[in-house]
Amino acid sequence: MGNEEEYLFTKEHEWVYFDDTVAVVGIAEYAQSALGDVTYVELPEIGEDVEQFEQFAAVESVKAASDIFAPVSGKILEVNKKLDANPELINKSCYDKGWIAKIQPSDLAEKGNLMSAEEYQKFLEGLEN
Amino acid sequence: MTPADVLRKTPLYEDHLSLKAKMVSFGGWSMPVQYTSILDEYGQCRKATALFDICHMGEFIVEGDLALSSLQKIFTANLDNLAVHRSRYGLMLNSKGGVIDDLIIFRLAEQKYFLVVNAANIEKDFLHIQQMIGAKVRCENISDRTGKLDLQGPLARDVLAKLCPGIVKLKYFQSDTFSLLGESCLVSRTGYTGELGYEIFYPWSKTKILWQKILENDKVKPAGLGARDILRIEMAYSLYGHEINEDISPLEAGLDAFVNFEKDFIGRDVLLKQKEKGQMRRMVYFISADRRSPRQGNRLFSLDKKDIGEVTSGTFSPALQKGIGIGRVLADTDAALDAVFFGSDQNFASGQICQKPFYHHGTLKK
Repeated sequence: MGNEEEYLFTKEHEWVYFDDTVAVVGIAEYAQSALGDVTYVELPEIGEDVEQFEQFAAVESVKAASDIFAPVSGKILEVNKKLDANPELINKSCYDKGWIAKIQPSDLAEKGNLMSAEEYQKFLEGLEN
Repeated sequence: MTPADVLRKTPLYEDHLSLKAKMVSFGGWSMPVQYTSILDEYGQCRKATALFDICHMGEFIVEGDLALSSLQKIFTANLDNLAVHRSRYGLMLNSKGGVIDDLIIFRLAEQKYFLVVNAANIEKDFLHIQQMIGAKVRCENISDRTGKLDLQGPLARDVLAKLCPGIVKLKYFQSDTFSLLGESCLVSRTGYTGELGYEIFYPWSKTKILWQKILENDKVKPAGLGARDILRIEMAYSLYGHEINEDISPLEAGLDAFVNFEKDFIGRDVLLKQKEKGQMRRMVYFISADRRSPRQGNRLFSLDKKDIGEVTSGTFSPALQKGIGIGRVLADTDAALDAVFFGSDQNFASGQICQKPFYHHGTLKK
């Protein structure tokens, strides 16, 4: 997809990558590892408006169900239909083939509410301690 | 939940940590829920052989001249016609007909029985049995010195025969004492997975050696409680605390087959009344329309959105590639009910009612 160092992260372990003017969204390694084998992904509707940090998708694993929150506000442009039949793509490739949705962001200033890869790494270290 | 520092540890605790298992609290014990991937470990059991650490479960010996008649009183299945070296699944009930525990009773000798009970129920089961069987029958709790490994899967016989050729003679629900790595132990052809398999009752302090020896065979991999739960739900086997508890009767739990009314047992009169007047609740089994999984505690609704009960167990079924669920509904729910919604009243999905089990290709009787 892109350079992972340019990804931005939420405290709920979603990532977003700004590919030109489109925001590609997925869940981070920490989340996929905690969930275990993903068995179902509830994708948002194309054209739906989502709000930053509001639930817009859900992931189920053999262990638990977990809500996914939008890292940015905007309109859903595309969803990863491959996840319907192959939800395990989230386990195998959470930063690339396991992307969940593409969003047309409505307010780029919202980037300021997200963590850089470096900040997120420190955040994870804080969780472990 | 029990705090982590007081959780009990099986003799394989260090082995689980070195295998990088994720540990969880289960029935007061720290147990491995998965080593690598729950779905991979599930597949290992359905296609090859998986090894489970089941040392947490409880074992009792009941022995004496009146052992048979005493156990008959506290067990719903009939033991009268149980031959030595055979075992039987059944329930122990309270006076209200509720399930104290489900267990397997093995007949070791004419008046000597071996009972296998759930980990979380060991103390209360032991108290109940002691109170009910009378002073002349000896009941001993040997859980602390009895380890238990379950070797399950279509290749289990070949794997175990390499260490103990005698086990090939065992038929389903048959057991005997064998010498395995120089230790005398009870091996039973039973399990909780729907596959051909064995439960090995081994000296606690030596179980680590047996575990490591079995895992040297490259056809075997360790599997955790996560895989075990999927395997048992696909077979629609009950789990204490889910399908059964002290307020649920075996009839309500769909376990009629394990209740014998031809003999007397504690709770029998209540069950007879339920048979006559009708019980309060009944079980349903359903398959999700898609990959979405029901979860324990989800509500169940009829298609006209009436709340009819709850999900007692649910999971994703790798065999069906769909969510599957077991639920308890009010007994007056339409007998022709053929579909349900599961979830909450805000967020729900649909499922098709089916017969149990969900999985029909198991090798348990092969």
